[in-house]
Parts: sequence; C-alpha cells; structure tokens
Amino acid sequence: MTDHANTPDTTVTRRGLLAGAGALVIGFSLPLSGRRGALAAADDGPVWKTSDEAAQINAWLRIGPDGSVTVVTGRSEMGQGPTTALPQALAEELGVPMDRVTFAMSPVDPAYNNTLFGAMITGGSTSVKSDFEQMRRAGASAREMLKAAAAEKWGVDAAELKVENGTISHAHHSATFGELAGAAAEMEAPKDVALKKPADWTLIGTDVKRLDTHAKATGQATFGIDVVVPDMLHAAILQAPTFGATLESVDAKPATDMKGVAQVVELDDAIMVLADTWWTADQALSKLSPKWTGGAEDLDDAKVDRVLTEGLDAAEAAQAVSEGDADGALSGAAKTVEATYSAPYLAHLTMEPMTATADVRADKAELWLPTQAQTWTAGAVAKAVGLKPEQVTIHTTFLGGGFGRRAEQDFALQAAQASKAAGRPVKLVWSRPQDVRHDFYRPASKVRFTVGLDEDGLPMAWKARVCCPSIAQRMLPSMIKEGVDPFAVEGLTERAYALPADRSITYVMPELAVPVGFWRSVGHSQNGFFMEAMIDELADAAGMDPLEYRRKLLPQDSRHRRVLDAAADAIGWSEAPAEGRHRGIAVHESFGSIAAEAIEVSVDGDNKVTLHRASACVDCAVAVNPNIIRQQMESALVYGLTAAMFGGVSLKNGQVQEGNFDRIDVMRLRHMPPVEVRIIAEGDAEMGGIGEPGTPPAAPALVAALRRATGKPIRSLPLTAEGFTFG
Amino acid sequence: MALTLNMTVNGKARKVTVESNALLSDVLRVNLGLTGTHVGCDTSQCGACTVHVDGVSVKSCTMLAAQADGATITTIEGLAAPDGTLHPMQAAFKEHHGLQCGFCTPGMVMSAVDLARCEPNASEEQIREWLEGNICRCTGYHNIVKAVKTGLTDMQSGGKVAAE
Ligand code: FES
Ligand code: FES
Repeated sequence: MTDHANTPDTTVTRRGLLAGAGALVIGFSLPLSGRRGALAAADDGPVWKTSDEAAQINAWLRIGPDGSVTVVTGRSEMGQGPTTALPQALAEELGVPMDRVTFAMSPVDPAYNNTLFGAMITGGSTSVKSDFEQMRRAGASAREMLKAAAAEKWGVDAAELKVENGTISHAHHSATFGELAGAAAEMEAPKDVALKKPADWTLIGTDVKRLDTHAKATGQATFGIDVVVPDMLHAAILQAPTFGATLESVDAKPATDMKGVAQVVELDDAIMVLADTWWTADQALSKLSPKWTGGAEDLDDAKVDRVLTEGLDAAEAAQAVSEGDADGALSGAAKTVEATYSAPYLAHLTMEPMTATADVRADKAELWLPTQAQTWTAGAVAKAVGLKPEQVTIHTTFLGGGFGRRAEQDFALQAAQASKAAGRPVKLVWSRPQDVRHDFYRPASKVRFTVGLDEDGLPMAWKARVCCPSIAQRMLPSMIKEGVDPFAVEGLTERAYALPADRSITYVMPELAVPVGFWRSVGHSQNGFFMEAMIDELADAAGMDPLEYRRKLLPQDSRHRRVLDAAADAIGWSEAPAEGRHRGIAVHESFGSIAAEAIEVSVDGDNKVTLHRASACVDCAVAVNPNIIRQQMESALVYGLTAAMFGGVSLKNGQVQEGNFDRIDVMRLRHMPPVEVRIIAEGDAEMGGIGEPGTPPAAPALVAALRRATGKPIRSLPLTAEGFTFG
Repeated sequence: MALTLNMTVNGKARKVTVESNALLSDVLRVNLGLTGTHVGCDTSQCGACTVHVDGVSVKSCTMLAAQADGATITTIEGLAAPDGTLHPMQAAFKEHHGLQCGFCTPGMVMSAVDLARCEPNASEEQIREWLEGNICRCTGYHNIVKAVKTGLTDMQSGGKVAAE
C-alpha cells in the first residue's frame, strides 16, 4: 500500500482565520491575527506550496519571505481559469509579476463566498465577476500595507514610494515584498483604497499564462480521484438502477468473502463496497445481487414524450410572459408559422467521474473533493452525519470538469456515510456507468411556437408554450414564481430582438422521475436552441438571409448585432460558401454576455456530416484574460456541439440505458473544425460571464446549417437521432 | 491469488504484491501512489489512463498488472528529467495551453509522446487520428493539436526544452 499522503491542504485554516480575530468582519481586508507563521499549513499539496514563514496580509493574499505571492481563492478550478484570472486581477494592483504568483484554495468561510450568491459556489459563469473587485481591493490594500511598512522602516513618506515588480523603493532604499511582508502584516489595513483605472491596467487584459498548467502537465495536480489519506479504504458504488427505487435487501457475503474487501455499506438507494483498492471494491460489487423495490418503472422515452406533449396541449398553464393580446394579433397575421421543438435529457459527462474522500469522526468531518458548492456540501454533510456545518472541513481539489454536475452533494454524502460506517477515511469513486446513469440531467423540454408574421415577414404576434421539468423545484423552490420555474423559460422570455408587443409565453411544469439539475448554461442550453432555430425558420418564411433577418430585428446600436456581425465576418458570411457547403449562424445572450457562433458544414448522400469551420464571438464587456476567454469559447462551443450531435440519454423501465462512452459519444479530435474566436470587450456594460455563454448558440448554428444543406426542418436533438452521422 | 511482480517504474525497481486480477491502472495509482495516471472510464475508451509499457503506449485500465511483470513502465510522473526539466511534450502542452481542467492531460501527453516513436513527423491529420482514443471534454482540441505538433518538433531537435 502507498505511504505517501496526497492530501491538498487548504492552506488557510478556519482556526487560523478565527483565532483572535473577534467577529469575522468581512470586508475586502479580513483582519487576521497571529499572522506570521500562524496560518502556515502542514502537508501542503504538491501544487499549493507555502512556507512557514509566509505572512498572511489579508484573507486573499500571503507573501513569502522570498517574495512569492499566494492568492487564496474560493472559486473552484475546473478548467475555466479563475485560479489564473483572479490572481491576475490581484497582481495588477499589488504590483508583482505573475511569475511570482501561485494560488491556493480557501477553506469554507464566508470571507470566500461568491459575492453574487452569498455562499461558496462556483457556477453561473460568475467566478471572475464575483471576485474581481474584491481581488483588486485585496491587492491594492496589501500594496498600501507594504508601503506603510517600508515608510515606517525608512522614516519616509509613503506617498513618495515607488512600487514595481514586487519591490518598493525610495531614493536611497529598496526592499522586496518578501522582506517587508512580515512588517506589512502588522500594519492597519487601509479603510479605502483607490483602484487603477482600466486605462492604466497593464496585466488585466493580457494573455497571462495559466498558473495551473505545470502541475497538470506533470501529473502533480491533485484531482478528487487522486486524493490519498492515510489508512483510507476505497469504495465503489451501485445505485438503484430505477429512478426512485430503494434497496430492499442484499446478501453481502459474496463481496465480503473476497480478499481485500473490508465492508459492505447499505444506503437507502445504494450499496457501497469498501476495499483496499478501488478495483477490488468494484469487482466485489459485481458479485452482489441486490433486491431493489419501487421506483418509476413505467418511465421510458415514450412516456417522457407523451408527458411533455400533454404539457404543450394542456388547457391550464402558468403565464411566464403576458404582453398585449397575442391571440388577437395572430388573427390579423399575414402568415402564421407553427413549430414544435424538443430537446433530450443530457448527462454532464465530466472526464473525472464523481468522487469524494471523507473522514468522518464523532466530533468532526473532513472532506477532500472536487466540488462547485463548498457551502452546500458542508451543510449537507453535517446534516447527514449529525454534526454542525462548522465541524466540517472541506478541501477543494482540482475538478476534472464540473459543468454544473459538481454543484450537487450526492457523492459527498455517500462518501461521508461510508466513512461514518467504516470509522475510517473512505475514498469513493463512481464508475463511468454510475456517472451516466445517476446524473442530475439537463431537463428534457418541448416548446411549441406560434408566430404571426406581417406582410414583410417580420413577427407581429408571438406565442410559445413551454413544457420542461423544473430544476428549481428540488434545488431552489423559492425561485418558482406564480408557477413558473425561471430556469425552464430563461432564454425564451428576453427581448433582445424586436419581438411583437403582443406576446404570450406559457409554462407547464411536468412531473417526471428523472432527477434534473444545472447543466452548463442551464435553461439557455435548450432554449437558446429553440429560440434561434425558430428565428432561423422565420427568416426562411420571410425569404430572407438569416443574418439579414436577425439584423433587421436588432436595433442599430445593439450589442447583439455587433457580436452577430463579428461572428459572420469571421466565417466570411458575405461571400457565398463553396459548392456543397452550407452555413448557419446564431446569437444568444446568457450570464451577462452575448455570444454568436457560425458553422459551415457539408452533408453527403448518406447524411454524413462534416464540420468545416466555425466562428465564435463573445461580448463580455471586460476581458481579464483574453486567452482563457478564447479557450472557454472553444470549450463551450464543443460542449454545445457534442450535445447537439450525440447528446441525450434514453430511458427504459425507469433506467438510463447508456452506460459508457461506447453508447454515449462525444466530439473527438477528428470532428473538431477550425474555430476563429473574437472577443468584444469595450463600452461600459457590466462584466459578463464566460464559462457558459458560448454553449447555447452552438446547436442552433449547426442545425441551421444542416437545415440549409438538407432542406428539411430539424426540430429535435440529438442529430444522430435525426439520421445524421458525423465523420 | 496473490502475485509478486517486479517492474521498473519511472526508472526505479518496484516490487508489488497484488491479486492476479489487479489492473495496471489500479496498481500504479493505489499501490505505487502514482496518481497522475487518471481513470475516466475503465473500459479503454477515454485514454486518460495511458502509460508506456516497454516504450509503447497502453491504456493501463485494460491491462492486468501481471502482464507487466518484468516490464519497464513510464507514467506522466516519470516523463520530466530528474532535475524537473520538462519533457518537450509536457513543455509544449504548457506553452500552448493544451488543457483546461487537465484531467485528460496525462493520457494525452503519454499518447503524444508515443506518436513520436511511430511517426516523428506526424501531420496534423495524423495527430488527430492518433489521438482518436483520447477524449477531452473541456478544450476545443486545437490547443492540444498545436501542443503535440510543437512537442514532436522539439523532441526531434533533441530538446529545446523549457527549464523549470
Ligand atoms: S480509463 Fe482507461 S481508457 Fe478510460
Ligand atoms: S482538459 Fe478537461 S478533459 Fe481535457
């Protein structure tokens, strides 16, 4: 067995934060006492190095005697880059070059809450937006404290000091941040600090290299499945295959008879085998023949389709948008276009399977896991094992993908229960089939549009009926207002286009036993497709070029129009595509940013599709690290395309049929077309998000291109179910 | 049945006692603590677990550890020089940001290094084909291709390497 510990330590401890600090006064500069050394961590993970001598300047920042700067962040790193972009923002104000900067994940503490959610959550494309000002203030505040320390030391006026490259200087003096850090930590944090004007930024807005690539390219980065805690057992899990079923009984003997197996743990709806290696645990699990009972056995694809269709036809519905008289206006329309769209349940398919390591004791619990929701996890674990949230310590590892799936707590609770039962630390890792079959899926959804067009083919009456299972019902019930789940209709109700004054959007909340949750871009993921595919059909009905049609519906000065034009320009829209090639374009706003994408395809006689090129443009108002934004736009495009091409799980007897990558395909290298990404970051709009906005336009752009190529309407996803294959 | 296996892993002689059905991926990760080798599917479909056995890339989730008895194994942890100097392929992935969450990266890098053995001058097309069995759920793949291209070139020039 291994003897080395691989436990990333969240280098700042709760005890350290609270010790002597009195009440936790949460401002930009959390007062910390016992500074030098008191917060040093034991057992640093390989990535998050600190030194015993490091001085904690404020909650977000520690400076080592060698001048190295560690930025502490509560935003989880799942590839989207906050552990580079946020330190970059801090370093801008601090005045230190990025090659001296590293990062550490924070403990669970209100100081590290996402300022937009009031909890430690990484989601909603908010990481940089949430912490941007806080980070800059932390950097500026630390800079002033360093200056104050230098001024005191040299007996000079702080205003005369120069700060550059991690050094403070005066006519005859010079000292590095490292030399001053200890004294700076004793200085009063300034009440208010002036932040640089955007025009003076030298780091923000530049392609700073990611801080996490070295650890990731060398195998040193600790992901959830890599955690090693001394004396831990490895757990594999089998969950009730039918949604809603529970465990009736299981004979554990075939498993416990196996060498290396320590224990079988029964949960209400799952069995876990604990063993000395994961493979042993999984093999033992396969020897068991559990009896499950109940659950939604009558649930299958046909039922989902029927229930959603009934919702479209239901007499009663909640009103999401009610403006003017849509029915009245429809009766005067020159032409009416009706179309019903549908989208399937989608699994997240993070590359790293669900996992958590837990060590639950009588009076405390410690978890090491890849999570997007530290606060929720601490609370849920505390409740499940009978502790208080403050008795639960969470160490956030790197996340091998998140996409919303790791905002859930199921895997953390299972690991905690296993550890409680075993009285030892347990690392739980799901198999890929468990991951595919027990997700909180992007809801399946259907929308029926009825749109009246005037003589010029422009919409003059707009009706839509949405039937989509509710995410809020389970997760955030208070968000449901007058029967409308905002996540079910977001992306359909907004008014970026000059839509008719007479508009009605109604919503029916169906009851289906499939668990649903946040999936990259949430409701926008399907509604962006529905909305933009419909606009594209209307363009055809009006006999207009789809780009021109959209431009006609967008005000001259609209940001949407500018983004759309940029995406069109990047793919060369003004020139007709080569013989046999076809293009589609779409634009959609979500999470405060506007994204447009265009795709060029060809389709052969067997409906085999080749993606030739793509363009993606985003207006996020402020671009902290353009390189990361380009990466995220490509990433979001691929995520959306994968879903459009291959996505969707199918149901039979209340069970998901797919299990592994042999049945559920994803975009591979050979599918990927060249992409030109453009970023618009100007004007004075608020900073937009970046992790998700690139996903919604992918499907409608691809579908529009295929519709043009084949001349057939495509109103349902995935495309493989519509007879397309991808070479 | 327990077996005692001898392997050279990342240049070191290692002796492990494991069950006869133990997987190489599990032995590397659990018994030897080399967690840089990742597991994403257990069924040879994602490529995250790729390592080199006697110089050839292998998906370690589909190989029994017993089959590697006496073999020389390199994992992502053994690619860089002992002084920490990155292997040109690692340096290229870092330089071109050929990763986002980074979970697929060890497998991508190990596969790409093996491409140099088979096709040192691989075209972009050949790189795409070679990495067909490596899934990435985060990137747009392009930076991976760029990284592999650079890595292959730098491997040939015999080590334009990035010192760390
Ligand atoms: S874990 Fe081996 S190929 Fe996926
Ligand atoms: S970088 Fe996340 S799976 Fe490839």
